[in-house]
Amino acid sequence: MTETPLTRSPADRPPESGRSAFRRPGPGLPAPERPASTGSAPEPPASGLTASGPPPAASPVVPPSVAPPVAPAVPAIAFPQDRTCPYHPPAAYAPLREGRPLARISLFDGRDVWVVTGQGAARELLADPRLSSDRTLPAFPSTTERFAATRNRRVALLGLDDPEHHVQRRMLVPSFTLKRIAALRPGIQETVDRLLDRMARQGPPAELVNDFALPVPSMVICALLGVPYGDHDFFEAQSRRLLRGPDAADIEDARDRLDSYFGSLIEREEKHPGDGLLGELVRDQLREGRVDREELVSLATILLVAGHETTANMISLGAFTLLGHPERLAELRAEPALMPAAVEELLRFLSIADGLLRVAVQDVEIAGTTIREGEGVVFSTSVINRDERAFPEPDTLDWRRPVRHHVAFGFGIHQCLGQNLARAEMEIALRSLFDRFPGLRLAVPADTVPFKPGDTIQGMLELPVTW
Amino acid sequence: MDIGIAIDRDVCIGAGQCALAAPGVFTQDDDGYGTLLPDHARGGDDPMLRVAARACPVGAVTVTEHAT
Repeated sequence: MTETPLTRSPADRPPESGRSAFRRPGPGLPAPERPASTGSAPEPPASGLTASGPPPAASPVVPPSVAPPVAPAVPAIAFPQDRTCPYHPPAAYAPLREGRPLARISLFDGRDVWVVTGQGAARELLADPRLSSDRTLPAFPSTTERFAATRNRRVALLGLDDPEHHVQRRMLVPSFTLKRIAALRPGIQETVDRLLDRMARQGPPAELVNDFALPVPSMVICALLGVPYGDHDFFEAQSRRLLRGPDAADIEDARDRLDSYFGSLIEREEKHPGDGLLGELVRDQLREGRVDREELVSLATILLVAGHETTANMISLGAFTLLGHPERLAELRAEPALMPAAVEELLRFLSIADGLLRVAVQDVEIAGTTIREGEGVVFSTSVINRDERAFPEPDTLDWRRPVRHHVAFGFGIHQCLGQNLARAEMEIALRSLFDRFPGLRLAVPADTVPFKPGDTIQGMLELPVTW
Repeated sequence: MDIGIAIDRDVCIGAGQCALAAPGVFTQDDDGYGTLLPDHARGGDDPMLRVAARACPVGAVTVTEHAT
């Protein structure tokens, strides 16, 4: 998984008048970027946003005394926004590509923050301990109202900084090594084949999200954790609410339900530890006092939610993308050995987790700009992974790109723990799907297939197919 | 040319990127730490060696080169 970007729909954005940089934050809102009491300058204008203006890297440092007390001439771009095409970054992000590696974006609460758009800067900053993942810090940015309302709750792993984070990560890493994942492949293949058999029996047509893309990773993560798959309707529904719930109360409720679900699963594991990761954690960590029950519940929730939602979206959106690129699909069929490279390219191209969040806890110099302590930083992976300096012809799908240092799984200490499991699932699922149904095609026109709004992990809502 | 490869175990987060990029040089031990394969001496001419070092999300892999 990668850090979950909990972002919101632009439709919920307050009117333009509410977006002044000088608006006082209301209760529960983050502190302003730079409190007036420090006497420091307003944010430099986002000059990099105009094609003709100098890039931020070349902007001179403006001394506080001469800083113009006006808003930037080019308004910060609203973030997040809905995609226009499910596999391309939102059209409205185009100006962000002109001013790499940094620009300014405007969040739902009127706050303007940094957005990282260059691949080199993203790798450097995501690996920098001066940017914190602790969402309980008052200055931590929120890209959605529901995230803002729930971020007071500590979240294991992805909400922690080192050294606490390192301890938890180390606990989990042995279950996600390349060797362990390789050993899971036959089981994943069996799961995939069983689901494809069922599709063949019941169709055509089929609805690929619910018939295939979601159950594959859901079954796999259940087996890995030792969670009964029979409960999948329950936890899939709660995950959906957690990531896309209508409001904060709904998200809190989903989290409470998952917490009590895992609380009782862990109790059961304490009596009879199973073979899954959950049983292992109970036996080796909880009983030894290395982790407390609350921490374990939080970890289990993250593993389950991140373990199926993200991969399900990659499978559905990956299949949709391949159906939209018949030449690329033909290349894969002609040369199956390209599949791992194709998965890597799809990860870059689709960048489904768009909007990783950090706050600077110290000043950080990057590309001639200073990100000040207390400033919010958003990493737009969809823009970063289309950086033409790192990926020539970035808008083209190309299975033969030489090296793929994309940031679809993040970078730095929080880089996706389950990335190698996700790779295995995507490879097996996509290869088997198109092998089994060589005539697979959309059952409806491509432009009518519904996909997720920009405020959550990207993917298809439904994918009606036939063969 | 002498190639030195070092992995900082205190920093390693077990992402497995080194072993994924250059499986002829790196592997992961059972705890998930990146380690060098026993016959890694031959890894010096592996074209993926530097890719592997660069792929490490936490900069735990360093490759040094010095003339012999």
